[in-house]
Amino acid sequence: GEVVVAPSRAGLDEEEEAREETPEDREIRREIEKKRYRQEIEVLWSCAEESLVCSRFIVAIGRNAAAFLSSFILDSVCWEVIGVVKLWNEWCRTSSTTNVLPTDSFCLFYRLIADPTVLLCQCSCYVAEDQQFQWLEKVFGSMQKKGLQVTILSTCPVADYKTQESTLTLVSPFLKALKTKEFQEQVCCPLLEQPNIVRDLPAA
Amino acid sequence: MFIPCDRGGGSAAPDFKGFTLLMPAVSVGNVGQLAIDLVISTLDMTKVGYFYTDCLVPMVGNNPYATAEENSVELSINAEVYSLPSKKLVVLQIRSPFIKNKYRPFCETLLSWVKSSKCARVVLLSSSHAYQRDDEQLLGTPLRYLLTPDLEKAVGGCMKELNWKEMEKVAAYPGINNTDKVLHIPGGGITKLLFTESCSEGIQMAVLLKFCSEGDNIPDAFVLVNYLNEWLQLIKSEVNPSSQWKIPSSWRLLFGNGLPPALF
Repeated sequence: GEVVVAPSRAGLDEEEEAREETPEDREIRREIEKKRYRQEIEVLWSCAEESLVCSRFIVAIGRNAAAFLSSFILDSVCWEVIGVVKLWNEWCRTSSTTNVLPTDSFCLFYRLIADPTVLLCQCSCYVAEDQQFQWLEKVFGSMQKKGLQVTILSTCPVADYKTQESTLTLVSPFLKALKTKEFQEQVCCPLLEQPNIVRDLPAA
Repeated sequence: MFIPCDRGGGSAAPDFKGFTLLMPAVSVGNVGQLAIDLVISTLDMTKVGYFYTDCLVPMVGNNPYATAEENSVELSINAEVYSLPSKKLVVLQIRSPFIKNKYRPFCETLLSWVKSSKCARVVLLSSSHAYQRDDEQLLGTPLRYLLTPDLEKAVGGCMKELNWKEMEKVAAYPGINNTDKVLHIPGGGITKLLFTESCSEGIQMAVLLKFCSEGDNIPDAFVLVNYLNEWLQLIKSEVNPSSQWKIPSSWRLLFGNGLPPALF
């Protein structure tokens, strides 16, 4: 028999323990770290203003949410592209082009022509956990918030939903919401019950 | 780092001078964090603020300590601070793992916040891999404590009265010589770093830890919180101390959803 170390659910950083990896693995890991931590996330705006005045900011995170906006909201008559996020991680890379295909990884910003304080973001690329904070600071840092209301759209697999019954019999898809106490308007769906949580960029 | 909750009415930022800061290490079995959940839930502590930090994986949900419909809709994030002034107790709960390479900056910022808020002492709840115990540690109690020199002077006698066992040091070079001994807390997350930094910075810190393995760690959390209670006396522990702790509503469904009936 062999004693195998079980990975800890606590997500421990095993820096102190000796890492068991081959020299090639170590080399690959170092190269990824060098590339990742040296490259900053860039937010590139096409408009000339120093900071955008924003009263409504709608962020669609993930391919499904991005596709929802493409199908039902965005069009070239009412909305104009005003910015893009350039980032790289092991899962995806975005470029500075705004001419994207639905299958690409991208992060674009649009502005409603009729009311330029309404901004929209389609983020179909994966923003890694160590990039999320930087993404937020750079994006929100570019805005002048004027009574700002933020709406975040995202999706999660039904299998991840924690409920007393089995998810097999659950009628899906279904909507759940989280809101800050400052949000006083009516929410269009039930609130997310414990023990369910939201992670990644929507949580950030 | 610390952002106080806006309680309205222009209330001043909370004052933690002379308080005991109770906090978990993110460690094997998440035992420290579960124990902290029990403390916050049982003592019905009020949230007074949170940590705005890029060091922890983001997460958000609704109130994990909700007892009714009305109090279930307060948002809760990965690092929040609760307080109970009547017991001079301030509690930090950490709900997600550290982001790679960020645990050291977090420790530094945390300890400087401890100093600036003038907390009297820090009590860190933690755990360590049970499978790494040596022959002697396999016998007897799985609970250990550590005190920084400054706190040793103040409460060292109390630990002796309680008959507590201090965490043993291990040989730095096992097999070569057994004279150089170092502190080794495998699976303890930031425990060792926080403890050694507190020693060198003159912060009064106590570490309470339990040897355990991954699995259903709820019993471990109860053992650890009762251990804490022997010293700090947060709740009355007359007959059956375990029954006095209130399990938070967020502990539901820890091991998955209900099963589809069609399975059988």
